[in-house]
Amino acid sequence: MNREQLSRTLQQHGAVMVLGTLVIVGSLAFDSFATPANAASVVVSSSFLAIIAIGMTFVIISGGIDLSVGSLFVLGGVLAAYGSQYGMLVALLLPLAVCGVVGLLQGLVIARTGMAPFIVTLAGLLGVRGLMLAISDEGATTYLVKDRAFAALGQGEILGLSYPVYITAVLALAAMVLLQRTGFGQNVYAIGGNEQAAALMGVPVARTKVYVYVMSALLAGLAGALNAARLSSGVTILGIGLELDAIAAVVIGGTLLTGGAGGITGSVAGVLLLGVIQSLINQVGNLTSAFQQVVSGLFLALVVVAQRLLSKAQRLT
Amino acid sequence: MRRTELEAVLEARGVSKRFPGVLALDGVSLALRPGEVHALVGENGAGKSTLIKVFTGVYQPDGGELRYQGGPAAFGTPLEAQRAGISTIYQEVNLVPMMSVARNLLLGREPRGRLGVIDAAAMYGEAERVLSGYGVDTDVRRPLRTLGVGAQQMVALARAVSVDARVVIMDEPTSSLEPREVETLFGVIRRLRDSGIAVMYVSHRLDELYRVCDQVTVLRDGRLAHTGPLAELERLRLISLMLGRDQNEVRTEGLTSFSREHAEGDERGSGNGAPVVEARGLTRRHVLDGVDVSVKPGEVVGLGGLLGAGRTETAKAIVGALPLDGGQVLVAGAPLRAGSTSAAIRAGVSLLPEDRKAEGIIPTLSVRENIALAALPSMGRAGVVSEAKIDRIVEIFMRRLRIKAASPHQLVSELSGGNQQKVLLARWLAVRPKVLLLDEPTRGIDVGAKAEVQALIDELAREGLGVLLISSDLEELVEGADRILVLREGAVVGELSGDEVTEERIMATIAEQSDGRADA
Amino acid sequence: MAELTHDRGGPRGRVAVLKPQVFAWVQDYGVYAAVLALLLFNVLFTPHFLDASNFRTQLVQVTPIVIVSLGMALVIGTQGIDLSVGSVMALAAALVVLYLGYGWLPALVVAVIGGAVVGAAGGALVAYVGVQPIVATLALLVGVRGLANVLVPQLVEFRNPDLIALGSSSVAGIPVIVLIAAALTVIVLFVVRRTTFGRQVVAIGGNRSASELSGLPVRRVLLLVYVISGLLAALAGVLATARLQASDPTSLGMFIELSAITAVVVGGTPLTGGRIRVLSTVMGALLMQLLAATLIKHNLPQSWTQMVQAVIILAAVYATRKRETR
Repeated sequence: MNREQLSRTLQQHGAVMVLGTLVIVGSLAFDSFATPANAASVVVSSSFLAIIAIGMTFVIISGGIDLSVGSLFVLGGVLAAYGSQYGMLVALLLPLAVCGVVGLLQGLVIARTGMAPFIVTLAGLLGVRGLMLAISDEGATTYLVKDRAFAALGQGEILGLSYPVYITAVLALAAMVLLQRTGFGQNVYAIGGNEQAAALMGVPVARTKVYVYVMSALLAGLAGALNAARLSSGVTILGIGLELDAIAAVVIGGTLLTGGAGGITGSVAGVLLLGVIQSLINQVGNLTSAFQQVVSGLFLALVVVAQRLLSKAQRLT
Repeated sequence: MRRTELEAVLEARGVSKRFPGVLALDGVSLALRPGEVHALVGENGAGKSTLIKVFTGVYQPDGGELRYQGGPAAFGTPLEAQRAGISTIYQEVNLVPMMSVARNLLLGREPRGRLGVIDAAAMYGEAERVLSGYGVDTDVRRPLRTLGVGAQQMVALARAVSVDARVVIMDEPTSSLEPREVETLFGVIRRLRDSGIAVMYVSHRLDELYRVCDQVTVLRDGRLAHTGPLAELERLRLISLMLGRDQNEVRTEGLTSFSREHAEGDERGSGNGAPVVEARGLTRRHVLDGVDVSVKPGEVVGLGGLLGAGRTETAKAIVGALPLDGGQVLVAGAPLRAGSTSAAIRAGVSLLPEDRKAEGIIPTLSVRENIALAALPSMGRAGVVSEAKIDRIVEIFMRRLRIKAASPHQLVSELSGGNQQKVLLARWLAVRPKVLLLDEPTRGIDVGAKAEVQALIDELAREGLGVLLISSDLEELVEGADRILVLREGAVVGELSGDEVTEERIMATIAEQSDGRADA
Repeated sequence: MAELTHDRGGPRGRVAVLKPQVFAWVQDYGVYAAVLALLLFNVLFTPHFLDASNFRTQLVQVTPIVIVSLGMALVIGTQGIDLSVGSVMALAAALVVLYLGYGWLPALVVAVIGGAVVGAAGGALVAYVGVQPIVATLALLVGVRGLANVLVPQLVEFRNPDLIALGSSSVAGIPVIVLIAAALTVIVLFVVRRTTFGRQVVAIGGNRSASELSGLPVRRVLLLVYVISGLLAALAGVLATARLQASDPTSLGMFIELSAITAVVVGGTPLTGGRIRVLSTVMGALLMQLLAATLIKHNLPQSWTQMVQAVIILAAVYATRKRETR
């Protein structure tokens, strides 16, 4: 394996490798780490972030960024809890419809006006949070999930893992196929890698961008709805800063923030990595959860520096 | 030849294109026939790129007619032109660097398997099969950017041809290829020609033109200078068509504003002490091949050569703006820190870059701020600028260079090209350089400003400034420079001084040397 | 080679913007007009609006945002962004209570140095490693907030009278922290307008390669810009802590990066760099504050404020955007 291949492998699979190493080290160091219960708790608590990170992966590969997902997650939860009084179908469709419209608007503005995705979705973040507050009496009303079946969607378990884990797994697999094996996926890579060239190669740039933001918003809304089902209520204060966690997970997973490269596996590994770091820090005992943020931040910095160096190494051939 | 009797597949008839202030194309006609390789040549500003962009749907012509496959054609976008069968291979490969070779080659036409998803195995097999015909033998799963530029171009070419191209336009395809890759490319071009595809080949490497092209069209200043079979055109004649002017043209347009004695190279220019800047063995792969340049105080040294010969790169290398594989720059005998523009400027060497917009002006700042930019550290005390000092300098230079602006506070981006160029000259004069490297100082500016800039160069040299002058305008070079170094493919191939400094000798040096290489 | 790509300058990039004068006017003076209009509206329709106490409250509330936006304006002027400012405020809040035992001034100095170090880390990543500003400072946002929480895990009230005085005393009826913000504004204005450094910042944002060719110390200037941003954020953190009379690293400065970016953008500084509008940035912060206050005074809830803010951000960026974004 030459240097270029090595650096490429590291970039693509580095997160998985580090994840594996951490799990092994953690298992050896702490008796209570490698227990089924602990593994299940890491996987379950990671699943919601993972769903958001899947959408974020598409957005970032296309060369954009979506800051609105945290707000959409909360909005999705509130709408699902509100909608659950009309049954399971409404509880699912209402958040998806509203979030989808938000994603559509953001995508259209980004694709048509050429305004920076960063700023458009920042406005989205604020606007959606405002919308969420407006329908929950300024956050004072917490709707409870009325529908049993819907609540079961978030709470039911198979083999000790709750449903959202399986839903996440299915979504991740579907996203992998979509990204790697369909024309749409190729178009996402192409516009993120070189938008002008992509346009010349016949890629429908604007349409692809719109789809990407709609998808991201839908997934964030879905994650919020599932979370509401799990908690049996539409909590209005969770999800703050979730967009940053999602971006961090995607970047740690090897997706370049400049677009054009990356993948779902890496992002899922990135999410799990954040979860495992948190779990390990809990194992150490007297460290607070704040310590996890320090490690995550350091880790993110290391990853982006490593990516810079790796991509320099690849260019030298 | 039979093929010249075929009807043209792509044709421009009297095409004109006007941009604010310039007529980039002035009634140009060009016919591209199936199965011919057609060379398009011309210096910077000749209108080649504009013509290509008209052919490929980037620009719409203002006048004249574009015909394709026997009927009138209008391409609204590059994609439209491409779908119609006109493919362009740019020197910076227009593919997606981070995607795999196979995915680039087959984007939009991937082989599908069950459920309509992409069949990866079939895709890689297909890509390998196609590319082997282009001499690209590589792992098609690799990201495109890990390939050499030559192989990347082959992928672009393969993609273009496989989307059923009738016309392939190649823009400087060999500028960064290894000799072996050039051979492969020529093989492919001949194969395209034999299969009835029309190829337009843009290059400044004359040897290559004579090896692969059948027809040639020469553009100059937006006008058609010549079109016809290449074999019938002598090399020296071709160069003079590209660079030179006819005798009567020189007479009607008059002389440059350089003073007479200057042009003849008096005692001041030659042998006045030690060189103030001396570059030794500047080397960079594919770009510069051991270039030596020296400039003495009060001397104007010209760099001649065709586009892509390494003139701009030489100037950039001297000021440390181009990373080098080898070589050294000495200022007044002391070596300059490599790769540091600010060290070069402090030592007294400044570059007026060729690309005014991208590398020269700061568009968001005023005329005044632009002039003061490089001299800021000397414009005040303890990091606080002295407005009075700046005002003084700005006033001096605005008056001396006759910069026409509503006020010093006008945005520089609102000025005409000529005035922007003067602002940049003022920026450099304000740091009192010992040597000024001028890369195409009069390109794209109006006649009046041009004369003023030329007179200024003359005046500065008389005051003892060393000048390195790069110009595609041979007349300007000959009349402005005391001594001329002729570059070709990144190497100095001739030095002309005294009576040798003539347009004919420059062209002969370029042609001679390329003959020499062709024989070797 | 590079010479081939620009035959007589592509005209496409310079497609005339619709009614350029209108756009230019909105970009330059829109924020002032909006502040004036809101003031006028409030004078006419809001009871007790002209009370001094009301004014004072509004100003004190907006102070941290103003200080942070000053640094943000510099960073955005270089085409960068600094997401770490809120976490730096939290770190400063933590440091200041930790070192309060040595007196308020040493504590303040330590806090500000802490902010500068964080800024230097971000600046080094951006200028020397070449990481995109948004990721580099995102890593800091996450990590530094954690660090602040590790240092001071929960809200700590303090009784240092000097620090409390810093947060609550007034001179001639104007709160000290407002005066400090005003002084900082003047200083930043001076730096931008009158110093070599300030001009280099703008030049680098306007055209980096031209700045490099002009011998500007591009990397050093970039580094320094992030250091200043960290410094100002830390100062804002100390002042906010002094006013709260408690150190709250968990929530202090949360989302202030968004308010600061909003202030800068609404003030008409383009995200594409090359221009820094200091006073307009302050106006931008005031406008958003005034807007929120107006809506609240007229019984429109916070949710409305946020939605209106979103619309204003979009409108401001739309007005300042360059047509030729790639």
